[in-house]
Amino acid sequence: MSLITNILEQLINGLRTGSIYALIALGYTMVYGIAKMINFAHGDIIMVGAYALYVFIGILKLPIIAAIILTAVFCAVLGMTIEKIAYKPLRKAPPLAVLITAIGMSYFLQSAALLLFKATPIPFGNVINVPSVRLGNITISGITIVILVVTTIAMIVLTLFINKTKAGSAMRAVSEDKDAAELMGINVNGTISLTFAIGSGLAAVAGILYICQYPALTPTLGALPGIKAFVAAVLGGIGSVPGAMLGGIILGIIESVSKAYISTKLSDAIVFSVLVLVLLVRPTGLLGKKRTEKV
Amino acid sequence: MKKVRINNSVLNIIFIAVSYTAVSIIVNSGILSRQMTSLIIPIGVNIMLAVSLNLLTGFLGELTLGHAGFMSLGAYTGALITVNSDLPEIIGLPLALIAGGVVAAFFGLLIGVPVLRLKGDYLAIVTLGFGEIIKSVLTAVEFTGGAKGLSGVPKYTTYKNFTIVFIFIVLTILLIRNLVNSRHGRAICSVRDNYIASEAVGINISKYKIMAFVISAFFAGLAGVFYAHNIGILKPDNFDYNKSIEILVIVVLGGMGNIKGSVIAAIVLTLLPELLRDADNFRMLFYAIVLIAMMLFNNSGLKERMTAWYKSKKQVKTVTGGE
Repeated sequence: MSLITNILEQLINGLRTGSIYALIALGYTMVYGIAKMINFAHGDIIMVGAYALYVFIGILKLPIIAAIILTAVFCAVLGMTIEKIAYKPLRKAPPLAVLITAIGMSYFLQSAALLLFKATPIPFGNVINVPSVRLGNITISGITIVILVVTTIAMIVLTLFINKTKAGSAMRAVSEDKDAAELMGINVNGTISLTFAIGSGLAAVAGILYICQYPALTPTLGALPGIKAFVAAVLGGIGSVPGAMLGGIILGIIESVSKAYISTKLSDAIVFSVLVLVLLVRPTGLLGKKRTEKV
Repeated sequence: MKKVRINNSVLNIIFIAVSYTAVSIIVNSGILSRQMTSLIIPIGVNIMLAVSLNLLTGFLGELTLGHAGFMSLGAYTGALITVNSDLPEIIGLPLALIAGGVVAAFFGLLIGVPVLRLKGDYLAIVTLGFGEIIKSVLTAVEFTGGAKGLSGVPKYTTYKNFTIVFIFIVLTILLIRNLVNSRHGRAICSVRDNYIASEAVGINISKYKIMAFVISAFFAGLAGVFYAHNIGILKPDNFDYNKSIEILVIVVLGGMGNIKGSVIAAIVLTLLPELLRDADNFRMLFYAIVLIAMMLFNNSGLKERMTAWYKSKKQVKTVTGGE
C-alpha cells in the first residue's frame, strides 16, 4: 500500500514539474513553428518574470493579482521587443546565425539581471497560499493544485485560441507557409509578434509558478528549466503544440521518478538520454511532422 | 605554383619561430605581472578548443553545444592517469595526452554516429544533451571525486614549461588547416554548403561528418589534458554548457571557417577579462552585446549596405582626386 502511495506521490510531483515544463515548452514550440528558430532566450524570460514579480510585489507592494497580470504583460512586451530588435532583421539569415543571436540574447538578459540584482539569491516568500488536500493516504500540497489548475486552464485556452479564433488560424497559416500566408493578406509580422507575446506571457506564468516551488531568485534560475523545457519541446516534436504539452509532462514524470528511485545526481543524465534515444528512433520527436526535403 | 607553396611554408616557419621567441621572452623576462603570465596556458587551451570547434561549426557547418564535454573527457582521463600512476613526467604526460585525446575522440565517434540522422537545431540540442550527460556522470561517479572535484593533478604544463603546449598548438593549427585545405577538407565544406548536391556527386557525407567529429573531439581532449595539468583541480561544473558557449563565442567572433580568426579571438577573449578585471560583471554583458551585434551586422544586410556606401564614398574621392 505504502509503495503505491509513494509511486502516486512521485507521479503527482512529476505532473507538477512537468506541467511547468509544458508551459515553457509551449513558448519554444510556438516560436519554432512560426519563425523556424529556437529562441534560446526563452528560458531567461522565466527569470525576468520571476524578478518582475519580485519588483512588483516586494518593492512596489502591488496587490498579488495586479502584480501577476503586470508581470505577464511585461514579459509579453519584452518578448516582442526582443523579436523586433534581434530576430526580425535575421529572417532571411542562415539558421546558425539566428541561433547564435538567440544565445547572445540569453546571455544579455542573464548578465543584465546580474548587474541589476546581483548574484546573491534573493529569498522570496510564497505568493500563493492554498491549503493542501488529502486524498486517502496522499497529501497534495496547495501549490501543486494551483500549478495543475493554472497550467490546465492555460493549455485549454491556448488550444481553443489556436484552433477557433481568426488570429489562431493566421498563426497556423504562417507556420505552414509564410509566403502563401502573406499573399492571403495575413499580417505576417503582426502574427509573429503575437506569437512571441503569447509565448513570453506563458513563460512569465511559468516563472511565477516556478518561484512558488523554489522560492529563491538568481539571475540564472531560468537556465535549467529553460533547457529542460526545450528538451520537452524537442521530445514532443518541436513545432507541435500538443507535442509540447505531452513532452513536458513525460519529462517531468521521468525526472521525478528517476530522482526518487534511481539517483538524484543522475536524473539530468537520464532525462537527456531519453531525449537522445527518442530522437534516434524518431528524428522529429514524438508528435512532430516529418518534412521531406526537396532539392 | 610550387615555389609559392615553399615560400608560404618558409614564412610560416619564420612566423612560428618569431612568435615562440616572443612568447618565451615575455614569459621569462618578467615584463608582465604573474597573473598575465599565467594566462599563457589558458590562451593556448582556448586556441586549441576554438580551432577544433571551428572544424565542426565553421567548416562542417553543424552547430554543436557540447564541446566542453569533449574537453572534460580529455581533462579527466589525463588527470586520472597522472594522479593514479607514479610514472615520471616524461612518460606520464605523453601517456595522459594520448589517452585524453583518444578517449575524447572515441566519444566523438560515439556521439557522431547516432547524430548523423539529425541536423541543425536537433543536432545542437542533442550535443548539448551529451555535454550535460557527461557532466552529470562525472558528478555522480566516485572515482572522479564527484562534485568536490579531482584535486592534486600534477602541474606539468604551467607557464613555466609552455614549450610543449606551444608545440601542440602549432600542431593543432597546422593539422586542421592542412586537413581543411585537402581533398577531405573540401568534402567537409561541401557538406556545409549543400549536402544534397555533395551527396549527389558521390561524397560520403556520413564518413566526413564522423571524421570531423572525431578529429575535433580529439583536439578538444588534448586541450582538456593541458587545462587539467595547468589548473591542478578539476570540477565537473567547469565544463558546463556555459563553457561550450564561451568556445562558440570565440569561434563566432573570429569568424566561422577562419582559423586565423579563431586564434586571434581566443587570445583577445582570454586576455580581455583580465584587462577588464574591475568591470567583471560587465564582461558577460559585453560578450552578449558583441555576439548579437556581430550576427546582426553580418547577416541582416547591414554589412552589404555599409560596404556599398563605403565604396561609393571611395569612388567619389578617387574621382575628385583624379581631377
